[in-house]
Amino acid sequence: MPEKFDCIVVGAGPAGTACAYELAKAGVNVLLLERGEYPGSKNVMGGVLYRKMMEDIIPEFYKEAPLERPIVEQRFMLMDKESAVTFSYKGLEWGREPYNNFTVLRAKFDQWFAEKAVEQGALLVCETVALECIVENGRVVGVRTDRPDGEVYADVVVLADGVNSLLAKQLGFHREWRPDEVALATMEILKLDKKVIEERFNLEPGQGCTIELLGDATKGILGTGFLYTNKDTLSIGVGTLLSGLIKHKIKPYELLEYVKNHPMIRPYLQGSEPVEYLAHLIPEGGYHSMPKVVGDGVLVVGDAAQLVNAIHREGSNMAMTSGRLAAETIIMAKTYNDFSESMLDHYRLKLMESFIVQDLKKYKDATHHFDAFPQYFERYIPLLNRAASHMFTVDGASKWEKQRKIWRDLGSMKEKLKLARDVFKAWEVMK
Amino acid sequence: MSHSSTIEEKQYLVRFNADTKSHLHVLDHDICLTKCPDKICTIFCPAAVYKWEGTRMHVGYEGCHECGSCRIGCPYENIRWEYPRGGHGIVFRLG
Repeated sequence: MPEKFDCIVVGAGPAGTACAYELAKAGVNVLLLERGEYPGSKNVMGGVLYRKMMEDIIPEFYKEAPLERPIVEQRFMLMDKESAVTFSYKGLEWGREPYNNFTVLRAKFDQWFAEKAVEQGALLVCETVALECIVENGRVVGVRTDRPDGEVYADVVVLADGVNSLLAKQLGFHREWRPDEVALATMEILKLDKKVIEERFNLEPGQGCTIELLGDATKGILGTGFLYTNKDTLSIGVGTLLSGLIKHKIKPYELLEYVKNHPMIRPYLQGSEPVEYLAHLIPEGGYHSMPKVVGDGVLVVGDAAQLVNAIHREGSNMAMTSGRLAAETIIMAKTYNDFSESMLDHYRLKLMESFIVQDLKKYKDATHHFDAFPQYFERYIPLLNRAASHMFTVDGASKWEKQRKIWRDLGSMKEKLKLARDVFKAWEVMK
Repeated sequence: MSHSSTIEEKQYLVRFNADTKSHLHVLDHDICLTKCPDKICTIFCPAAVYKWEGTRMHVGYEGCHECGSCRIGCPYENIRWEYPRGGHGIVFRLG
């Protein structure tokens, strides 16, 4: 490979590829490095890809990209041991253009997306690890790879190397993540006949459904489970803060089995066969954990910058938009031939103004709050289930008696006040 | 799918292109022996890469998902964690 590029992007996930695509399209000479055998071979996602942010890069991508199903229903199950209170929104407007979101399998999607960047003129080099940034006079001027004579230079380097961004850490942009800043997610892909999926999830042919699982799905530890429909597979997974697994001494794959065998979930999976098992970290530190994202000759995008909204399970969209904003900044920097931190700081400002940092700010204390006060998952979700059971069980007791019983179930006056305070505090961290 | 699957069965579903040398290194086995009664990495590692063998930690790096949990979760920062050489390690085919 030639030794000097305009830009080197490390990592061909949604953030890096979005950045490389936009740069190549603008005629920037860009090298896209990927450590896997192919883009997507190291990448894991529950599976929801958001249409808007992808279309900001490739209009009408859904006409040719390898997608699984457009989602027409999003369900939320608040689970107890053998019951669940379920909320759902189903809207057929999501089943037609312009669509809201799609399930995808990342190994397929990321390959396709990276090929599109190559079509625009990006040079994709796989099976190459970027070992460290080459820094000269405090400025990043390239990366050292694990190929023989593997030093490559560029005006600017984009770190899209994911949640384990060893490169951003090497530059001192952040310390090592704490176990309560990352969630460990495990997932299985289960093969199931297309028609069975559609019948079981009440879907028209081709449509999809997502179900988020809270409460007993994670045995009361802070986290969520999920069950998503793909074309002829289901993705079932569970993610909890690493600190939660450590505290409760739970094996993640046993938690996954627990969810799969939960009486509320098992019927959905009946007759399916596991075809792949995957584990990955999700950066869930939120706004407070965002690292430094700009330096002289360097930008950080996507998971590497902790750009994940755990409450709304959004991440791939933030990755793509951050990649695109980084590209816009680099294109501008190139016209001035100035890749200093102060010039590249436009990227940080754009990020701050965008939905990305706005949403991270909105929920900046949410994860920490629910982590610090486990009663929401441990106590209130079961309480809600019992209340629903009392109210909807017809057993000769009057509705007033039932309401009194539910009221008593809330506990002593002190506990009721605590509940009221907790509801208010939850509103405070989510509003 | 009526029976539950073990971690060995799960790992059997995954394609690995293992390198000949490990990208994971326990820096000091004595720390695991003397300071870490829980051997917590043997619990939270999603691929059961870490197995305690009485006096030292066995590291089955060949089955690693490269998630990074051990680097972050080891209470003694006793694990040196690198990416496997380019093209090596786990190869996800789907998700």
